[in-house]
Amino acid sequence: MVRKPAASKSAPSNTSKDELLKYYRDMLLIRRFEEKAGQLYGMGQIGGFCHLYIGQEAVVTGLEACAKEGDKRITSYRDHGHMLACGMDPRGVMAELTGREGGYSKGKGGSMHMFSREKHFYGGHGIVAAQVPLGAGLAFADKYLGNDNVTFTYFGDGAANQGQVYETYNMAELWDLPVVFVIENNQYAMGTSVKRSTKSNSLFGRGEAFGIPGEQVDGMDVLAVKAAGEKAVAHCRAGKGPYILEIMTYRYRGHSMSDPAKYRTREEVQKMRDERDAIEHVRELLLQGKHATEDELKSVDKEIKEIVNDAAEFAKDSPEPALEELWTDIYAEDLPQGSAQEHA
Amino acid sequence: MATEILMPALSPTMEEGTLAKWLKKEGDEVKAGDIIAEIETDKATMEFEAVDEGILGKILVTEGTEGVKVNAPIAVLIEEGESADDIQASASAGSDEADSDADDKGGHPEDTGQTTTRAESTPAAPKSEPAAAKADRSPDWPEDTKMKTMTMREALREAMEEEMDRDETVFLMGEEVGEYQGAYKISQGLLDKFGPRRVVDTPISEMGFTGIGTGAALAGLRPIVEFMTFNFAMQALDQIINSAAKTLYMSGGQMGCPIVFRGPNGAAARVAAQHSQDYTAWYAAIPGLKVVMPFTAADAKGLLKSAIRDPNPVIFLENEILYGRSFEVPDMDDFTIPFGKARVARSGSDVTIVSFGIGMTHALDAAEKLAEEGIEAEVIDLRTLRPIDYATVIESVQKTNRCVTVEEGFPVGSIGNHLSAYIMENAFDWLDAPVINCTGKDVPMPYAANLEKHALITVPEIVEAVKKVTYK
Repeated sequence: MVRKPAASKSAPSNTSKDELLKYYRDMLLIRRFEEKAGQLYGMGQIGGFCHLYIGQEAVVTGLEACAKEGDKRITSYRDHGHMLACGMDPRGVMAELTGREGGYSKGKGGSMHMFSREKHFYGGHGIVAAQVPLGAGLAFADKYLGNDNVTFTYFGDGAANQGQVYETYNMAELWDLPVVFVIENNQYAMGTSVKRSTKSNSLFGRGEAFGIPGEQVDGMDVLAVKAAGEKAVAHCRAGKGPYILEIMTYRYRGHSMSDPAKYRTREEVQKMRDERDAIEHVRELLLQGKHATEDELKSVDKEIKEIVNDAAEFAKDSPEPALEELWTDIYAEDLPQGSAQEHA
Repeated sequence: MATEILMPALSPTMEEGTLAKWLKKEGDEVKAGDIIAEIETDKATMEFEAVDEGILGKILVTEGTEGVKVNAPIAVLIEEGESADDIQASASAGSDEADSDADDKGGHPEDTGQTTTRAESTPAAPKSEPAAAKADRSPDWPEDTKMKTMTMREALREAMEEEMDRDETVFLMGEEVGEYQGAYKISQGLLDKFGPRRVVDTPISEMGFTGIGTGAALAGLRPIVEFMTFNFAMQALDQIINSAAKTLYMSGGQMGCPIVFRGPNGAAARVAAQHSQDYTAWYAAIPGLKVVMPFTAADAKGLLKSAIRDPNPVIFLENEILYGRSFEVPDMDDFTIPFGKARVARSGSDVTIVSFGIGMTHALDAAEKLAEEGIEAEVIDLRTLRPIDYATVIESVQKTNRCVTVEEGFPVGSIGNHLSAYIMENAFDWLDAPVINCTGKDVPMPYAANLEKHALITVPEIVEAVKKVTYK
């Protein structure tokens, strides 16, 4: 297998062994989790839509490395990776995919709608780009409350063509909201390539019209993502308003499980996998830098496999939600958990 | 350890498919991610990727086979050193639950059947308002309360001001709410008092600021989002319904959304089709929302204060024509009116007229006219449309045996339609005549003054409907 580590913009020298190992573990967890989800889907254990994150692992892993406690994140329906990266329990995520009581939403949300108040993960949204103003709203709340939290608002190259994104850009900059707009440019909005949907040279560049700085980032290189993320987060924490990261990434799987993927060639996908795989990249850095041996990495692989298998078993064993759950959680009786009033 | 490769489900609706083509043959090495076969579903031909590594030991379903059921074994993957001859033995051994390789377990169809399916009868909704429930006829405020006269506009402003004083997390956002002092002057003076942090002027971006307000509510603030009119909220419907109303449910109860969307709703005067629509029935159809439409200033104040304190998204529908109208309002430090409690605006024994919002002006006028002719109408102001105070309606209908509903909205799928169905189900034996729904006409609102008047609900129509149900 031939890779081109030269494509990496970041020097590994200043990255510690622990950090690299953490990225390796975190990315591998997402990949193995998603492979397992694909498998469970194939077995009919997971229903409906299921959008896998395989190939894009470096994006959330690199950005989570820039987050502190209190920072928020919100994304679209391709959300499993984000949840694992921010520390949500793989068991709860997988059990939501199988629609069981042990899932994060008690089985009522499914793949596209999962949340964790505890981990400040605000979903999981099924309507393309709807999470963009919502993310700015989360940032609005933090600014209102006067803390220095930042919100990571993820959306895809497809969502970047929705009007509400630009309404949001305008207000986010107008009000200096601490929000990092993360465009995960995996180059295909379902089956429509970026080239076929816009003549814009870049997506981050559209922020310029609103006065929002931004940059394009190599999304197959977790260190490059982290470096750019730190810059963006520092900008937001300093009260300078939003920042846009257009992270160039690639999804190896179809848009959803039922995507016949006729809009791109097998060779194109294989080339990315062979030459630019983000996990393979970190693996090589670990081995070349003599930070880890093959055996050590094998034991990480084994450990991850066990976590994922455990999650899958949990997700299959967890009972279906009680039928009474049909009628719960439609209206809140009291203040929502973790509401601002509790902090005030 | 041999692993069975199963026929995959490749779409949300797939139950079986055609194994169109094998791209690997027996004895080939397979890596995770390799395309091993092409499978035709009802929608498309899909490539089927391997999820495990190994050697394709045996193909169990030959290419070209149609109607292969999801989860049927189609091939067996073996590890290096294993022989394809061992397959029979190991495949059956694999079903042994003592098998220590958990990864393999997922591959066995018997595992997929482990779901404990619960009893299939749908549980009934936990009714808070069954027909048997007693209507709450308690007074809204103590009887000796001093009253003051104020307009609907002042009442709404006072409600917001009091709640903003009470709770630091309450803020107002919308077009022209600050420096302009409100397009309809509802927020007059609030910017001066609370400053731009809590009275936020927005650009003309309904979808954007509705989403931002909703996001702020998910994070625990209590936004009041003013729409200059609810006609413009159509640009923001997705955020109101998909984001604000549904997130609590989708998050298994984790993410409440305490937000108020308010502004004028329904026809104003001579502003034609795009600016004259009553959205009550639309919003009232959505579980997760609460829907309020006050008629009096006292109700507007008490209900808006309740709305701001409510931990759920509340649609608060006002009416431009009523903004300048004066009413008696209790002069109290703090009073609220609960949701789901209708007001009996006029007692009567001959017919029940149910209305809400500006419909009440027509309903009360009609009741006066009818009284002149000796017909005593009981007029009920629903005040909230979600929840609806069914008990008060049913009790009244059981007394009068007749019902006419009055609203400004379109006739199809109206609040009146819903009430008619509810009354039919719960008080059929008490009815002496079919329920009649008086609504706006089934036309876009015309501009011409004479046409507009006829497009709206009129008092003579209500009088006529009442005479029909009372056989007068």
